[in-house]
Amino acid sequence: MKITLDADKCCAAGQCVLIAPEVFDQRDEDGVVVLLDAEPPAGQHAAVREAAAICPAAVIEVQE
Amino acid sequence: MTDRPIAVVGASAAGITAAEALRRAGWTGPLTLIGDEPHLPYDRPPLSKQLLHGAWEPERLLLRTAEQLDPLGLDLRLGTRATGLDVATRTLTLAGGERLACAGVIVATGVAARTLPAADGLAGVFTLRTLDDALALRGDLAGGPRRLVVVGNGVLGCEAAAVARELGHDVTLVGREPVPMAAAVGRGIGELLAEEHRARGVRLLTAEVAGFEVAAGSAVGVAADRTAAQGAPPRVSGVRLAGGELLPADLVLLAIGSAPAVGWLTDPALDITDGLRCDTYCAAAPGIYAAGDVARWEHPEHGRPLRFEHRMNATEQAMAAARNLVAELAAEGALPGGAEGAPPPERRPFAPVPYFWSDQYALKLQAYGLTTGADEVETTVLDRAARRAVALFGRDGRAVGVLACGLPPRQIRALRAVVAGPGPWEEARAAVRAATAAA
Repeated sequence: MKITLDADKCCAAGQCVLIAPEVFDQRDEDGVVVLLDAEPPAGQHAAVREAAAICPAAVIEVQE
Repeated sequence: MTDRPIAVVGASAAGITAAEALRRAGWTGPLTLIGDEPHLPYDRPPLSKQLLHGAWEPERLLLRTAEQLDPLGLDLRLGTRATGLDVATRTLTLAGGERLACAGVIVATGVAARTLPAADGLAGVFTLRTLDDALALRGDLAGGPRRLVVVGNGVLGCEAAAVARELGHDVTLVGREPVPMAAAVGRGIGELLAEEHRARGVRLLTAEVAGFEVAAGSAVGVAADRTAAQGAPPRVSGVRLAGGELLPADLVLLAIGSAPAVGWLTDPALDITDGLRCDTYCAAAPGIYAAGDVARWEHPEHGRPLRFEHRMNATEQAMAAARNLVAELAAEGALPGGAEGAPPPERRPFAPVPYFWSDQYALKLQAYGLTTGADEVETTVLDRAARRAVALFGRDGRAVGVLACGLPPRQIRALRAVVAGPGPWEEARAAVRAATAAA
């Protein structure tokens, strides 16, 4: 799995951090998403897929 | 039976999410996605923000590229309106008369912008719901400073006013509410936002709109019966308030709310009072589910039917409705053979923590839980000049919602936890104080 972000579109909802805190974080100043692990281990894949699906700004793209 | 498609009616955020979730849940049969707009699924929140501003072009709003849609194997019907649904046979009727017998249906038709009859056919009067609406307004704002009157001081009107002001236009925001956005954010936060709008040069008025002036000078009442003009449509030149005042206007934006797009759902088996009524599983009838702005469902935590016009709810509810529909069809033995993996074993109640956000100027509002329908609101202004504040919303002695303005993400996530499972008001007050103590 490889994750790419279009962080300019991020609306700082923070849902990805709630769902997959090992993979995503937010910048303190504006809440914009930060990618902690672009190629997360298999145990994270289901959470990453859910985070990508639920992101209200369609920021997260997952390639498998 | 299994050659019948699942049809998703509505091709915006909820519709495309439902289609993807149906595939993930194991629906391998035909899948039809029907949208009345001609565009590929696109995102609406940026319409009143980045797109209106000109920072983003329409391509940026596409929710999926053609390459991302391709693996879904959709029968994609864009520019197509559904005109009827027979609940007992799960049969859709499409504009043009085609009938589509379905294994299941997900209704995600959203809402339509309300208008005022007196504004019908007037050039220079806009609504802001679709991409075409937003591009039309943006086009008319492009030719130098204009006098814009925004009618309606809810969230959409405030966002559009902020963008127009940033673009250098002369902006008047007129609405019925004494405090803008108060219904969504409470009076305290609304007053803070009003201060920001005034500081940025927006004129705020509380008034009823009585009618519109047109360039020729003839007044048009809100309730007036008006015959269509010959040739070019009359162009708006002003907004007449109920008190008699005339607001000169080059452009008018109507941001007076929206109505669920349920007019096509005439089957008496469905309750379409303020949206399509669903149970706690997002089901309106056997095999018929709903998601997004159009769905009014029984939230299990709050014990009453709720409907949200929030972007986050569109995706979350679409995922829940899709999963529950596939679980229902699996229980009926109505899944096509060769499904990959195990289908969802049983339906689950849809019990989200609602979320919405709004961007105005450099301010970001973020809310979790329920902020409308509160019987108690406590607003704490942490820094008036910086517009940093938090509001807690209560109902029947429980804390049901929280809203943050200008707070850092860690504090906002802590606030979400306060209302994720509605708890006693006093406990929540203490938790909010603790979460924002370092602000």
